[in-house]
Amino acid sequence: MTVPEFSSPAPAVEFRSVSKTFPGVRALGDVSFGVRSGEVRALIGENGAGKSTLLKVLSGVHPPDAGSVVLDGRDRVFGSTWEALDAGVAVIYQELQLVPEMSVAENLYLGHLPSRLGVVDRRGLHEAARRDLERLGEEIDPAVKVGRLPIAQRQMVEIAKALTRGARVLALDEPTSSLSSREVERLFATVTELKRNGCAVLYVTHRMDELFRVCDSATVLRDGRHVETFPSLEGVSHDLLVNRMVGRNIEDVFDYRPSAREEIAMEVVGVAGPGLSKPASFTVAKGEVVGLFGLIGAGRSELLRLVFGAEPMQDGVVKVGDRQVRISSPNDSIRSGVAFCPEDRKKDGIVPTASVLENLNLVARGRTARLGFVVDDSWEKRNAQDQIERLGIRTPSVAQKIVNLSGGNQQKTILARWLSEDVTALLLDEPTRGVDVGAKSEIYAIIRDLADRGVGVVLASSDLPEAIGVADRLLVMREGAVVASIPRGEADEEEVLRLALPASPDSGVEMA
Amino acid sequence: MTESAGSRTTSLSAVALVWERAGMLVVFAVLFAACSLFVEDFFSWVNVKGLALAVSQIGMVGCTMLFCLASGDFDLSVGSVVACSGVVAAVVTNAAGSVLLGMSAGVLVGGAVGLFNGVVIARFRINALIATLATMQVVRGLGFIISGGRAVGVTNSGFFVLGTSSFLGIPTPVWVALVCFAVFGFLLQRTTFGRNTLAVGGNKEAARLSGIPVARLKTIIFSMQGLMAGFAGVVLASRMTSGQPKPPEMFELQVISACVLGGVALTGGVGTIGCVVAGVLIMGVVENAQNLLNVPTFYQNVVRGLILLAAVMLDQFKNRAR
Repeated sequence: MTVPEFSSPAPAVEFRSVSKTFPGVRALGDVSFGVRSGEVRALIGENGAGKSTLLKVLSGVHPPDAGSVVLDGRDRVFGSTWEALDAGVAVIYQELQLVPEMSVAENLYLGHLPSRLGVVDRRGLHEAARRDLERLGEEIDPAVKVGRLPIAQRQMVEIAKALTRGARVLALDEPTSSLSSREVERLFATVTELKRNGCAVLYVTHRMDELFRVCDSATVLRDGRHVETFPSLEGVSHDLLVNRMVGRNIEDVFDYRPSAREEIAMEVVGVAGPGLSKPASFTVAKGEVVGLFGLIGAGRSELLRLVFGAEPMQDGVVKVGDRQVRISSPNDSIRSGVAFCPEDRKKDGIVPTASVLENLNLVARGRTARLGFVVDDSWEKRNAQDQIERLGIRTPSVAQKIVNLSGGNQQKTILARWLSEDVTALLLDEPTRGVDVGAKSEIYAIIRDLADRGVGVVLASSDLPEAIGVADRLLVMREGAVVASIPRGEADEEEVLRLALPASPDSGVEMA
Repeated sequence: MTESAGSRTTSLSAVALVWERAGMLVVFAVLFAACSLFVEDFFSWVNVKGLALAVSQIGMVGCTMLFCLASGDFDLSVGSVVACSGVVAAVVTNAAGSVLLGMSAGVLVGGAVGLFNGVVIARFRINALIATLATMQVVRGLGFIISGGRAVGVTNSGFFVLGTSSFLGIPTPVWVALVCFAVFGFLLQRTTFGRNTLAVGGNKEAARLSGIPVARLKTIIFSMQGLMAGFAGVVLASRMTSGQPKPPEMFELQVISACVLGGVALTGGVGTIGCVVAGVLIMGVVENAQNLLNVPTFYQNVVRGLILLAAVMLDQFKNRAR
């Protein structure tokens, strides 16, 4: 074995001509690249580009059909995640692999708990766990159950767990997707720490701002192939990366067109309820897209859910069109012409046991049924086919289970629920979360199309470029209150962020 | 979408669909054929009639249990309701001298228990397992209290018609079960109520946010379940010519087993009336064949358990293959 020289370090981990085919799909074709110790490499690409498959090859979930993973100069093909872990390779997935009912310490040492004669050495365990967490700069009680920790801390536990197993190659799959901005900062600090300790980090992300902040280099995948590796991000622009990801220029992803806006679609006055620190008020005109920006925890989802009647409103008045409506349940809102797409697609959006057709007709069914209760199957089938065509939902048939669709197509199916309805106002909570760039621009086009037909749209987002790019007007929320309303053109990222950050003093454009 | 790709996937999914819808019916057919060939006296009109009669109450309650399971809940109180309703029907018939009044009282008692279950589960958000475990014991106790702990005999012979008469050579309780299959099959497959039930079982929150009144739906399902169990109790009492305060052994579990055996998912969102029909029939054939073969009761229990386990595991494999 050759000892790697410090001047030109060999990659800590290298993919050599990795190929993987699933029935009918070539997930990876001849992918080669390497990551050095102490390097943070971004792995980017649209959904379906092969990022997840590559991580699964790395961690031994899917052995490659051809090619190999080379660790410290040795050819390795892992048969299981345990083998990979033993070799020092760990993958932290979006869905964390921890046991919520067990304590932090137990999770950290799951599978190799320190014991004396088979009895777990609890004190030693907690001591070791505390040390491991401190190494990451985390103060988490090792005795507390993982299920009681916020997501961000659970993630830290998972990273610490990988390190206790001696991981030197770490892959993070969209680690910030459910973190608040403060937690994101924490994570970045941890990643820097990992880097200093000589870990090779593979960082999968959809967010360009993160990429430029934490990553040293970037590898782009498209359609299962390696497109390009940028060994340094110096002089590499956001647009260039996006261009490499989608294989085309998407100059106007947001598809913005101004629209005439006079009549009110929805007016909300003094809405109060859990999650809001102050009563909130806003209006949306017909044909207007209002962006609702705030960091996670600012109360965006809470506000939309209250307005829609998903949570009981303590106070406040909602007007749809020029009629005041009483909203005590989602059903009330739907009847008065308000639609809502929830933030968490998996938890609140799709019915996983059902087909695309069932999911798509969930709202329309009650209205279109014959005699009010006999399902009109032919209408539903026609509607499903129409919407699938109209929105470009990629599914082999209307009978396909929705869980077999990609995230973007699931999201479009949920949007499609409302398109056969007479909607006055559409409330969207993070409609493009976990959706790839291509599907994102399609969803923006759908939103713009709806606005053109006179629907008033409120789009809540924690993605600032998105919120600014899509909206005619931007509402900014901070700590449970709407703090500003900024017309398009006057919203610049820095100013909006300053308004949204809890630390900043209350200033700027006040809500009219 | 291109024409050819569309039709290919439809033919493929058609095969999958037949298996999904009728898989367990095929298992039943094979089982039935095997028993006909190898078990003496099995394949005779009298025996098959007896078999159908024996499972007719499980079939009836299975229809509404299907809705409970499809919506993601289940109901353990049905066995006690069957007993209590039978007792009430017998007592009221004797007291009022009217069969119609007595039987209505029995059904309504069941409905009242169901409504209570529904309100507790849907409005107060008590776990269905716990709520119905509680009512199971309460109602079981009430049955014994009302009857004084003894079987309540009925003198009015009109009371026996429902349970002991026949139409076109088929016992009336079997007709009743068949009608239930048809009605509830239609209700689940073809109405907004049924399809919304499946959606609630698949994802309650998604259903609620789509405007489905989840609490009302659940209340209706449990009320329906109670009424049906009450009705089954009345039919059973009529068959036995008396109200028996002791619930049929493990009735609720037999009903749930039959549903699961046929392919209804315990986790909710998946199930058809075909599942219930298949599950009930398979269970009937197995019991009947074992009786004909003089298998001792203790062994029958073992077999029953193993079959249920096998069915659930088969379902798992089916899910994984998909």
